[in-house]
Amino acid sequence: MTIQTSRRAFLKGSAAAGAALVIGVGANGGFVAAKETAVLDINPFVRISPDGVVHVVIKHFEMGQGTTTGLATLVAEELDADWETLAVDLAPGDSSRYANLFWGAQGTGGSTAIANSFMQYRQAGAAARAVLVAAAADTWGVAPADVSIDKGVLRSGDRAASFGEMLGKAATMTPPAEPTVKDPADFRLIGVDGLPRKDSYGKTKGETTFAMDVRISGMVTAVILHSPRFGGRLVSFDAADAADIPGFLDAKALPTGAGVVVYGKNTWAAIQARDMVEAEWDFSAAENRSTPDLIAYHQSLLDGAPTYQARDGGDLAVTGDALAGADTVIEAEFLFPHLAHAPMEPLNCVIEPTETGVRFHDGCQFPGIIQPVVAQVLGLDPANVEVNTVYAGGSFGRRATPLADYQTEAALAYDLLGRDTPVHLVWTREDDIQGGYYRPMAAHRAKIGIKDGQITGWDHRIAAKSILKGGPFESVLVHNGVDKVSVEGIKDTHYAIPALSVGLTDAESPVTVLWWRSVGHTHTAYAMESLIDMAAEATGADPVDFRLSLLADGSKDQHCLAGVLKLAADKAGWGNPAPGRFQGVALHKSFESYVAEIAEVSVTDGLVKVERVVCAVDCGLAINPDVIRAQMEGGIGYGLGAIMRNQITLTDGEVDQWNFPDYEPLRISDMPDIQVHMVPSAEAPTGVGEPGTPPIGPALANAIYAATGKRMTSLPMSEHGIDFA
Amino acid sequence: MKLTINGQTRDVTAPEDTPLLWVLRDELNLTGTKFGCGVASCGACTVHVDGVPVRSCSTFVGDVADADITTIEGVDGPAAKAVQTAWRELDVVQCGYCQSGQIMSAASLLTETPRPTDADIEAAMSGNACRCATYQRVRAAIHRAADIMEA
Repeated sequence: MTIQTSRRAFLKGSAAAGAALVIGVGANGGFVAAKETAVLDINPFVRISPDGVVHVVIKHFEMGQGTTTGLATLVAEELDADWETLAVDLAPGDSSRYANLFWGAQGTGGSTAIANSFMQYRQAGAAARAVLVAAAADTWGVAPADVSIDKGVLRSGDRAASFGEMLGKAATMTPPAEPTVKDPADFRLIGVDGLPRKDSYGKTKGETTFAMDVRISGMVTAVILHSPRFGGRLVSFDAADAADIPGFLDAKALPTGAGVVVYGKNTWAAIQARDMVEAEWDFSAAENRSTPDLIAYHQSLLDGAPTYQARDGGDLAVTGDALAGADTVIEAEFLFPHLAHAPMEPLNCVIEPTETGVRFHDGCQFPGIIQPVVAQVLGLDPANVEVNTVYAGGSFGRRATPLADYQTEAALAYDLLGRDTPVHLVWTREDDIQGGYYRPMAAHRAKIGIKDGQITGWDHRIAAKSILKGGPFESVLVHNGVDKVSVEGIKDTHYAIPALSVGLTDAESPVTVLWWRSVGHTHTAYAMESLIDMAAEATGADPVDFRLSLLADGSKDQHCLAGVLKLAADKAGWGNPAPGRFQGVALHKSFESYVAEIAEVSVTDGLVKVERVVCAVDCGLAINPDVIRAQMEGGIGYGLGAIMRNQITLTDGEVDQWNFPDYEPLRISDMPDIQVHMVPSAEAPTGVGEPGTPPIGPALANAIYAATGKRMTSLPMSEHGIDFA
Repeated sequence: MKLTINGQTRDVTAPEDTPLLWVLRDELNLTGTKFGCGVASCGACTVHVDGVPVRSCSTFVGDVADADITTIEGVDGPAAKAVQTAWRELDVVQCGYCQSGQIMSAASLLTETPRPTDADIEAAMSGNACRCATYQRVRAAIHRAADIMEA
């Protein structure tokens, strides 16, 4: 296999083939055209090779969410490029040129890839169009207004030319500083249903390069024997028995005390050798508790006054008065387990030496963090930490590493070998399941006052370990001690709920935690939407009608939430399920998108089957409707498997689960029929990778309640009395 | 030891108790076959051995020395072509990491059962995990591939 190991190599190849036109943003922010020799000084999004093929440089990594297709669509639209021949190139790590415009550093997450790039990529395409049109107009002696582009062919009257034919002239043209983008009425690709994905071909041929597939001459494999308990420190190790493993090279202690690096000539050798290494650990600062202890601890944090009040204007005293005056008080407690992300491609990356530093080959989600962190670890200038971003076999948040955990392991393993040997750091599935960075355990407790058929007060308390504190995002997303992602989705609910207070108390534990597809919404939506159904029942109202009654103040958020709710209810035939089917609804806003889901279950011989899910989404302008549909399907499936049967548990600090057999993924036989409907919108596009996930849990819980009368408040359901078909 | 892979004879030096997966990936550089779990629980490593889908992570290379081994790089024939075409028509893939294995399992199913029912599909494909949950499209694409083969 040949891989493109550097931008420089790519450019060398281009130069050999002839001039290439690159359009990008210059240092002053204006769009510039330049010959390929100047590429290193500008920020290219659009590259046209001498054969006329348009290459779109993708600044966000592709983990399956469709970003290569989405960003390419934006450029192709403005350029009227030929979709079939258009190529996508994954951008190298470089925050100065490829920053997420919402963050100021390069990275993918929070379902922002399309939202932050929408105008940037359209303008890049429009700038390319302007210089190509100008070149053709100049060559042909006609006005630019008389030049059109159709599927990558420039035309004026009976003249026609490919982009490739106009490259030389185009490189001499100055693009407009503020390129004019199309009127949406003229869109030919944006909004087209079924525009083929750009990554389908390679992925159906086994040709797509993931980090796991990168092969560098002289590369060795490193696997790490981690502490079996979170926060354990290595005391000593003995690798004598590993010497019997063919291909075993060496074993060295990580300077951090976090484990032993075991090197092999190949992956299997390293994996086998690790099994032969004996290690002694110091668990004095480790998590030594078991899951029942952790549950009791989280619940105890709900008993006292919360550390933080997360709701703007929330006041426990006011809430308490409202509850005291209520006719009925609903009380409920929810428990959410630790969850592993378990992307199909286990974590891994390759690090190799360069003349000035190192180069990573990584399905890299946060180049803007990896570069400075690794630079610090190795004492390098961040500019000399190159990142060659390759396709990622899923992430669901796990590759979005604010502390660069696995890249740091790779850097240390590389350093321990003397910095001259390429190292492939590989996590096995067992490392992945047992390696932490989980969705935090969370406990919720709520008291809802009902009087005269209305909610009059709501005391909501959450205990969970903070994801953000101690990391690089703390300064941005933690305010007055409140980790936004511990309470998002409840503290900012758009339901009109009087006397709502949202208390937060941070849990402390050495178990590492991280964002898991939709982050805090994974548990807040479940609690909120279960509780809303409980309140609806207490007032005798229909769950859909009850929600609509709480969304009647006229705000845009309420309007959009009501819109998707009505659409889902209409498409699902809410209230009239087929015989033997039971429905449950949930509604949630996350990542600026609005999603309603109606789950339908059947129960046969006590076994619950999830038959169908009807989903309605409002994510603004739908760039690629089929990609959005796929993300809703996937987001629902991802959430469903976890809600049904996934949990990470500890016994005396050690993870009980080890691999897929006891962290069982959703299977094809579990997958319901999913129907996705989009609200037509001309608003700016919002997130789609995550918003499909939050509503599925509570929609299923509400359907199960309708079918069985069991209110599921502890997850996963399979561990708490629900048997699935 | 000699192996027959995608119609070619290849010399390999790995010990006989090495999983076929690692011989394919690390010795022969056939990286289209993926490592997902190592315990035959996810199907990402599925290859055909004498036409039968097997999990290469749990197959000793010494046990397939006399067999015809086919990987995603070499899979061909009406069923495989129809599957790959249908997969692209329906844009099944998301991250794509499991899809080599999905396609190998689907091609095998359609070779044995050209017109599978949903139950046939679930039986043949339930060992192939997809964390992106592309299952709805996997199911639809197998039906579509059956149509393509029949046409």
